[in-house]
Amino acid sequence: MKLVIGLDGHGSGEKALEFAKSIASHSETCELIVVYVIEWSPFSFQTAEENAQRHKRREEEIAVAMERVVDPAVTSLKEAGLSARAIVRHGDVADTIDEIAHAEGASQIVVARSSAGGLTSRLFGSSTANLVMNARVPVTVVA
Amino acid sequence: MKKLHSIFLAIIAYLALAMPAQAQEVAASLDARVNEIFANATGWFVNFIFMAIPGTSFPWIVMWLVIGATVFTIYFAAVQFRFFGHAVSLVKGDYSDPNDAGEVSHFQALATALSGTVGLGNIAGVAVAVGIGGPGATFWMILAGLLGMASKFTECTLGVKYRNEYPDGTVSGGPMYYISKGFDELGLPGGKILAVMFSIFCILGALGGGNMFQANQAHAQITQITGDFPGWITGLVFAAVVFLVIVGGIKSIAKVTEKIVPFMGILYVGAAIVVLIVNYDMIGWAFGQIFAGAFTGLGVAGGFVGALIQGFKRAAFSNEAGVGSAAIAHSAVKTKEPITEGFVSLLEPLIDTVVICTMTALVIIISQQLIIDEATGLYMLNDAGTAIATVGDTGGVALTSAAFGSAISWFPFVLAIAVILFAFSTMISWSYYGLKAWTYLFGEGKTTELIFKIIFCIFIVIGAAASLGPVIDFSDAAIFAMAVVNIFCLYFLMKVVRKELNSYASRLKSGEIKKFKH
Repeated sequence: MKLVIGLDGHGSGEKALEFAKSIASHSETCELIVVYVIEWSPFSFQTAEENAQRHKRREEEIAVAMERVVDPAVTSLKEAGLSARAIVRHGDVADTIDEIAHAEGASQIVVARSSAGGLTSRLFGSSTANLVMNARVPVTVVA
Repeated sequence: MKKLHSIFLAIIAYLALAMPAQAQEVAASLDARVNEIFANATGWFVNFIFMAIPGTSFPWIVMWLVIGATVFTIYFAAVQFRFFGHAVSLVKGDYSDPNDAGEVSHFQALATALSGTVGLGNIAGVAVAVGIGGPGATFWMILAGLLGMASKFTECTLGVKYRNEYPDGTVSGGPMYYISKGFDELGLPGGKILAVMFSIFCILGALGGGNMFQANQAHAQITQITGDFPGWITGLVFAAVVFLVIVGGIKSIAKVTEKIVPFMGILYVGAAIVVLIVNYDMIGWAFGQIFAGAFTGLGVAGGFVGALIQGFKRAAFSNEAGVGSAAIAHSAVKTKEPITEGFVSLLEPLIDTVVICTMTALVIIISQQLIIDEATGLYMLNDAGTAIATVGDTGGVALTSAAFGSAISWFPFVLAIAVILFAFSTMISWSYYGLKAWTYLFGEGKTTELIFKIIFCIFIVIGAAASLGPVIDFSDAAIFAMAVVNIFCLYFLMKVVRKELNSYASRLKSGEIKKFKH
């Protein structure tokens, strides 16, 4: 069994992690894939200078995500005696988590309830809501 | 190299000393003085670049650009039409590896390069072309745009292929790099000298077309709405904001502009389409004028040769094909195949010239701002005989504004905002192109970069204060001088591009290069 855990770097991710742990502990061969998506669009507009530095920035963004969010999560899962690995990728959060879950053949996606509020999520919906509506793999939203 | 540096320093010192002395004079006379000094200082350079081919009135530089674009079109067997569909697929991201997400995409490189070229050339430049060369200039402009796609393809492929990638992950690319590295690779002499020449012209082009022309026309647009006031005031404001962005590092201003500019572009084309729809019965007539004018001249200054020169000149100025500037902007893209960026870049002259410039021209023709002599059906010249007489005796951006205003009364206000934003984003783009040429000459480093950025800001003030004539001449001359070196070198380097093209085309055909699933 494979489980994809989508983290967004907020405190609520802890709950998703705990929930995934409890599912995994019932199965002997469960692999946990911790996914962190850096919000990014190939269709955004940038200055020439930003473009020139883009590769460098991308590496920095991935390093920061690894260090602050993904590595601690993977470590805590491994400490609990589970098999876990990490994926950090740029893209649309909902699409990318679904893409990875589909490609990995995961049986379930676990995410936390959306922590973002305010006007943008009202207008465009949160990433969690988008994921629930469009995912090709069953999604569990942890409250 | 040191000598050059000191010449530039001397110019700054002169400007710094000259400014306060003149500030004591009346504001209006300051403008006149700046104008006079500027026209005197640059006249010889302008005259050389626009020298006519002996025995004709045809500037050699225009011929140079057209021959270049035609050679590339033939050499690559009309690559701009054969790979047009593939270029669109690349921009859509069909061939992008998902593992490269987060790197500069083809779309982003194209959008960045476009925001440097779409701007005043499309609004004011077209008005200048149609105002002097008549509607027929549009025909030659479109033709130059279509041919220019092949020039752009050649230079942008090389820009990516020979860029410098530094250990810290940043990149620098452009003609100065492909000329020096490419010539070395082919065992040709003189690469370094040509690269230095290109860099010098690129700095002048950045200060001219990428800066002074923008400041000048932005000021003209502002005075249309507020009434007349001295240009140096607008110049100072612009210089202050540009200074904040490029020296102060306040990226948020540039970011906001980069996001608004594309929407302004869409709004502009949208408004043009509205004007065309409202006057749909005149579209056929307008195209008739364009075709008739292209070959007969319809009585404009210089006849049909005048239309041709104006059309080619303004197309080159607007889409910068063959100039080399786009190669600097495109070189940041993440791709394993440099040729793919060439395909993407060939869309640029199409969007810039064939679509947007043609829209402007159609609106100006249809709004009948150009006065036709009813007795003869020919266009009437103004009193000086230099351009076609217009309804409000306007020219440049004011002519475009009046043309849109005659159909949509409030549009000049939107246009004013668009012009200011376009001018600003073009300045930011060119400050980067100029800086890359500058650091190629003098090396990368905080102090050398700061010197260029300060010179750049000073020229904004001069550009806003000078009158359109000398500014437009100098801007054209500097940008075309870049094309002299660039196209010359492209003739030697184009075989490198053909090798890449053949290899890529065969792998695309065999299915080795595949679309990624989405």
